[in-house]
Amino acid sequence: MELIVALGIGVLTGSGVWLLLRPRTFQVIIGLSLLSYAVNLFIFSTGGLRTGQPPILPQGGAGNLLEYADPLPQALVLTAIVIGFATTALFLVVLLASRGLTGTDHVDGRERDR
Amino acid sequence: MTETALLLMLVAMPFAGAAITVMLPTQARLAAARLAGAVALSSLALVWAAYSTISAHEVLRTESAWIPTLGLSFKLRMDGFAWLFTGLIYGIGSLIVVYARYYMAEEDPVPRFFAFLLAFMGAMTGLVLSGNLIQIAFFWELTSLFSFLLIGYWSHTPAARDGARMALTVTATGGLCLLAGMLLLGQMAGSYDLDVVLAAGPQIREHALYLPALVLILLGALTKSAQFPFHFWLPHAMAAPTPVSAYLHSATLVKAGIFLMARLWPVLAGTDAWFWMVGSAGLVTLVLGAYVAIFQHDLKGLLAYSTISHLGLITLLLGLNSDLAMVAAIFHLMNHATFKASLFMAAGIIDHETGTRDIRRLSGLNRTMPFTGRLALVAAAAMAGVPLLNGFISKEMFFEEALTAQAPVPALLAALPLAAMVASAFSVAYSLRFIHGTFFGPDPVDLPRTPHEPPAWMRFPVEILVLACIMVGILPAATIGPFLDLAARSVLGPEIPPYSLAVWHGFNLPLMMSLIAMGGGVALYMGLQKWLRSGPEGPPLVRRLDGRRIFERAMVTLSWRLARTGERLLGTRNLQPQLRLILLVALLAGGGAALVRGVGPGNMAPHAIDPIIALVWLVGAACSIGAAWQAKYHRLAALILMGGAGLVVCVTFVWFSAPDLALTQLLVEIVTTVLLLLGLRWLPKRFEGVGGEEAEVVSVARRLRDLGLAVGAGFGMAGLAFLVMTRTPPDLLARHFLERSYLEGGGTNVVNVILVDFRGFDTLGEIVVVSIVALTVYALLRRFRPAPDSIEVPEQQRLQAAFDAAHPARREGATVEDWLLIPSVVSRLLFPVIAVVALYLLLRGHNLPGGGFAAGITASIAIILQYMIGGAQWTEARLRVLPLWWMGSGLLLALLTGLAAWAFGKPFLTSYYDYAEIPLIGKAPMSSALLFDIGVFALVVGAVVLMLIALAHQSVRGQRVEEARAARGATPEAL
Repeated sequence: MELIVALGIGVLTGSGVWLLLRPRTFQVIIGLSLLSYAVNLFIFSTGGLRTGQPPILPQGGAGNLLEYADPLPQALVLTAIVIGFATTALFLVVLLASRGLTGTDHVDGRERDR
Repeated sequence: MTETALLLMLVAMPFAGAAITVMLPTQARLAAARLAGAVALSSLALVWAAYSTISAHEVLRTESAWIPTLGLSFKLRMDGFAWLFTGLIYGIGSLIVVYARYYMAEEDPVPRFFAFLLAFMGAMTGLVLSGNLIQIAFFWELTSLFSFLLIGYWSHTPAARDGARMALTVTATGGLCLLAGMLLLGQMAGSYDLDVVLAAGPQIREHALYLPALVLILLGALTKSAQFPFHFWLPHAMAAPTPVSAYLHSATLVKAGIFLMARLWPVLAGTDAWFWMVGSAGLVTLVLGAYVAIFQHDLKGLLAYSTISHLGLITLLLGLNSDLAMVAAIFHLMNHATFKASLFMAAGIIDHETGTRDIRRLSGLNRTMPFTGRLALVAAAAMAGVPLLNGFISKEMFFEEALTAQAPVPALLAALPLAAMVASAFSVAYSLRFIHGTFFGPDPVDLPRTPHEPPAWMRFPVEILVLACIMVGILPAATIGPFLDLAARSVLGPEIPPYSLAVWHGFNLPLMMSLIAMGGGVALYMGLQKWLRSGPEGPPLVRRLDGRRIFERAMVTLSWRLARTGERLLGTRNLQPQLRLILLVALLAGGGAALVRGVGPGNMAPHAIDPIIALVWLVGAACSIGAAWQAKYHRLAALILMGGAGLVVCVTFVWFSAPDLALTQLLVEIVTTVLLLLGLRWLPKRFEGVGGEEAEVVSVARRLRDLGLAVGAGFGMAGLAFLVMTRTPPDLLARHFLERSYLEGGGTNVVNVILVDFRGFDTLGEIVVVSIVALTVYALLRRFRPAPDSIEVPEQQRLQAAFDAAHPARREGATVEDWLLIPSVVSRLLFPVIAVVALYLLLRGHNLPGGGFAAGITASIAIILQYMIGGAQWTEARLRVLPLWWMGSGLLLALLTGLAAWAFGKPFLTSYYDYAEIPLIGKAPMSSALLFDIGVFALVVGAVVLMLIALAHQSVRGQRVEEARAARGATPEAL
């Protein structure tokens, strides 16, 4: 099971990194999104993979790690997802503004010199 | 008045005065001058009030904690020496204020000038009263900073800007060295407290770090006091208004270096290293400065080099390692301050009334400005060391010291008196030139202004100072004696060697030297007259030794050539190489760490592979790679594939016990997709195969390299993740949160309790970030200019409009209007349903998956759906969303919830909870965290809607632009 998720993280990272190194802004924004999936999954996975044990306690009790998944990485990733959305939005708008100002969608704001 | 209040007021009053003065209107010339004068005079009165205590050889102290963990405290300390210096700062400062009131021109922004001047006074006072090494370095830098502002006051002239920059570069660099030296000194003494350091002299002089500390501290002191080879900044600082020069270069800024050397004299002096460094710098500066001064044609330039020379004299005295020389140094320091300030002011008066400072153009002013002429004559005579004036007595003491100095090398003993005599002859020559060249000779011709006496009050400060020169010169023991004694005792300790402050010591060797120097100086001036009248600016022999040129060449090399070379070698303006480099470094660091430390298998056996999840991830991997493959030419496809990968991530979260994450991921996925869809319209069209750029070999090589990096990163992350997952996770924090979530936070959904309660402060920060991002997006889009080729109406809409136009039966624009009629009805019906779901998610968030974030995004999806289906105009006519209002009230609510805890005496963001019985609904959790979560909810709704609406509106704006252009028939460039 762990192998599947690890490979999944690897594929997402690889695709993300590949796109990150491309010259077009849209490629980079897709790449960043894929990379953030990978990173979120990785942070989440540091708590261990557990099935059927969400960290939701019964009324009036205390939980322990034997019965419940680690809530901390989940809280971190929840925050990361929201912030990731905000930065994607910001990047998109910067991308559009840059395209409007420079007339190109190259990441450097100008086409590569030949 | 207590000593604490007195000391604090002395330092704080000028700064407070500066803060008030700088806010005065530009034309409030008189008010600014009066305020500055009042501050300087009342500070002077305070200094005088302290005399009774100081004269009993007591030290005033006040101390308050500053950074206690580092053993630092803010300490002010006033002994006799500091008292004398404070008196000089405020005494001469008051006179300068009076002078500047009349000197400054109508068009100068005078309040700013006085504000800088007051702030500089404060910095100087802080420096001399500091009782702590770090504090000294701090005020030292402040004096550099404010002197920079003062020298560059006439910032419209290039000379002022260059002079100010040079002064700042040289003195602030010295200041940094000083700080380093102070740190070493503090380390050696075991404390930064000045009293402790002063008592630790022998221990410090034997320490291994003594020499580096000495070099660093002297670099600071010698740059500040314009000692060779750092003297070149001072003449260029003459671009300042004359009151500034008179103040900075007589009593204050340049004396700061002298002050510091004298202050630390008991600790650092007495070694051969001190003698060589301080003594030789002083000796060279003394002779060189006096020599160069003779050949200056500018009155202020002459005074500048003369200042350098006199500072060299004082430095030399300090370097002689003798107690009597120390007394002479303090004495000459005061004398120099009085005669040099009055001479600078006299030069300013001449400049002010005639319009020039060039000695070659000036002459015979004695007839039109007789009174100023007499005053300048006395002050210049004091500078030359004529008997019955203060300069004479300290010069005699200097000769005496030069004759009796104990030098490590005997040959120096013969050279020292000779050098002293030569420098003294030079100083007679330039003093003579100052007076004779300006006030005597034939009537001046062709002056920019007709010379006449200045206003009486402009001359008043000069009169006071000249009076002081005469009084001290005739009755030294009665006038300056007690103060000199006080200052000397606080540096040298209670036992000071006997010295005599008398005008007449009989026919002794120093007197003979004085007479020879005077005769030599007069002869030199007579001999040089012709050369001086016609010769070029600058001295013969050493004209090529121009410190300024060397400095500027060094600056250009450092800040331009070196920087350019570095940028060319290491920098790039392209993003891709930078990212590539970062990734490469990350890969190498990760791989290197794995190689060095070794990687072992985890301690847990992996779980059995579930075929369903394997299948899901097969799809996920395909989506991910597909998105990477298609992102260039098929953006929509790439976006859909990216969404697929996001859904797989979402499934993974729900599979592995993270329902909250899955929910948030799903919702954010929807919003992100809509967002990117809205952006697609503004990107350039790109067709596969057009341009043919991919065929190049370089391009293929580049892609292969990137592919290598990507595959490396992918395998690295996969391996890392696998290794992490097969190890027992650390549980320190997890246990803490699981145990306390319900008992202390009142919620069963631990993730939500962490977010809104345990780590509520982080969440508060996060929502602030989200709102800042939303506002930035909004601001960027308000000035959005789409690229010209994206402005036209999209192809689809054009085709539909053409279809309408081609069919006479159809109304124009009808097809565009009722697109997606059925989905739009369904989505309108769905609006209240989604809103209720959002509310449900919000309320149950504390106990079950949900919460403010998820609910906020859900609610904004409901609104966005209406925008997507109905169009911006239709929706806005029926549904007014005020995103800024939502964001503001959300943030306020979250903040107030946190602040409310204070009302109950609890720390910020402490939550309170209870369960209340509500009719019909039943037992419901009532927690203050819920209020916080409502704040988060409102903010997220506002932020998401703000961003998406701002983006969606661009299409409407684009159409308006199009319509406006069509209506006016204008070209795109004209818009």
